[in-house]
Amino acid sequence: MAEKKIGNQTVKFENGPYIIGSAAIAGEKESEGPLKEWFDIKLDDDMFGEDTWEKAESKMLKEVMLLALQKSGKQKESIDIVLSGDLLNQIMSSSFMARDLKLPFLGLYGACSTMTESLLLGSMLTEGGFAHNIIVGASSHFCTAERQFRMPIEHGNQKPPSSQWTATAAGAMVVSETVMDLSKVGIAKSNGSSCGKCQNIKVDCGTIGKVIDAGIKDVNQMGSAMAPAAVDTILNHLQDTGRNLDYYDIVLTGDLGYIGKAIAKDLLVDAGIDKQVVDSRYDDCGAMLFYREEQKVQGGASGCGCSASVFSGHVISRMRAGELRRALILSTGALLSTISPMQGESIPGIAHAVVLETCDK
Amino acid sequence: MKEEIKQKDIAKAYENYAKQFTPKPAYFLNTVKAFVVGGGICTIAFFLSRVMMKYGINEKDAGTYVTILLVITAQFFTGLGIFDKFATFAGAGVIVPITGFSNSMVAPALEYKKEGLVLGVGSKMFSIAGPVLVCGITSATIVGIIYWIIGLF
Repeated sequence: MAEKKIGNQTVKFENGPYIIGSAAIAGEKESEGPLKEWFDIKLDDDMFGEDTWEKAESKMLKEVMLLALQKSGKQKESIDIVLSGDLLNQIMSSSFMARDLKLPFLGLYGACSTMTESLLLGSMLTEGGFAHNIIVGASSHFCTAERQFRMPIEHGNQKPPSSQWTATAAGAMVVSETVMDLSKVGIAKSNGSSCGKCQNIKVDCGTIGKVIDAGIKDVNQMGSAMAPAAVDTILNHLQDTGRNLDYYDIVLTGDLGYIGKAIAKDLLVDAGIDKQVVDSRYDDCGAMLFYREEQKVQGGASGCGCSASVFSGHVISRMRAGELRRALILSTGALLSTISPMQGESIPGIAHAVVLETCDK
Repeated sequence: MKEEIKQKDIAKAYENYAKQFTPKPAYFLNTVKAFVVGGGICTIAFFLSRVMMKYGINEKDAGTYVTILLVITAQFFTGLGIFDKFATFAGAGVIVPITGFSNSMVAPALEYKKEGLVLGVGSKMFSIAGPVLVCGITSATIVGIIYWIIGLF
């Protein structure tokens, strides 16, 4: 059996599945960054009309899922499963979102790797015939993450240049067994350009990552802690599929940030991939979300919402418009807990890869 | 055993490798800023205590009043959401004086307001200052004992 598995870690899809809707939401600071035109909802207040940060994050996830659903043209009743996760203890944002959504829900925890984890699982469930339509997504919020993993917001301290800024953002996609009705779609891109010839997007394959621990113990070094996991998944993906990196128009990792990105690039080149290909194809969402100097984000962006919003907004919209044909996207996660660094444990990293392709069907 | 050593070596090698990609904090610049700001705060505090003494308050009381003023000022700016931004600039300059202590109490108090007065603010208020106090008092006690022993001879 298992004829859809190729190589060591990769699954190959044959009947789609298709991404028929997607949406991205971003907080105040993120909406001032270089990717602002790709977000469907831009918050002018990170509290989002709620009275706690946790509720605000939960609402962001809910709104972005409902918008993705709306853009897919499907009704809520036709959704079989919601898959999502976030960074909070007991995945509070996701569970409380699901409480409001009243749809069958499977909660996931993959730290910041949750977006591709949920997308991969959602695609497998659809491909396997267990669901017609699935919503997948992930969220993070600067203030909820900061209070759980670091210090109270108003506490005065100097962050080292390697520390990363948790993105206040969320993204969601609707995965379906059938292609979307393109006659109904207009791409919601706030820069006003609509696409004359919208493309269908299918999930081609995915590579499940292994937990790689390079031994970094400093919680302000997330990028360098996760980079080996990202590179490991990329290399295994290429080996399993027999493809070269230049097969893809774009290769994006989740939230390695500036330092992690530099390390990942160096490791990829070291593994024998042409430097020009790496330079032209590869980037990192954590290095894309903010203006490095002006927005004072030290090491770049991080959090589930970082890759979730960039993939669901930027990547999907550009693919829909036909600007990109094949994308290799990886959300990267640092699987530490709030107590593990205090117990002297190093930071385990993980990355899951998903390949999105446009199709003429 | 051998496996464990190898793991440690790899971790060490990777850490060194990652270091070349990691920018170092601007230690010298941060030190200068901390010196100027911290020194400035102390100078102002000293000036205030001299003014108070001029109006007939004795030195010990003036010191207490100035301390209270510093604590209140830091609390006030923490509440306004300005302290953390200033601390990003000044670093140890505002963290080391009593202003930092004040901030480390008020910041969690504000943060955990939503979780209730007792279980939120009450239990989290000392989450940053608590460990500092425990270590501070413990080391002060140890030094005190040593001081006392020296005094015996």
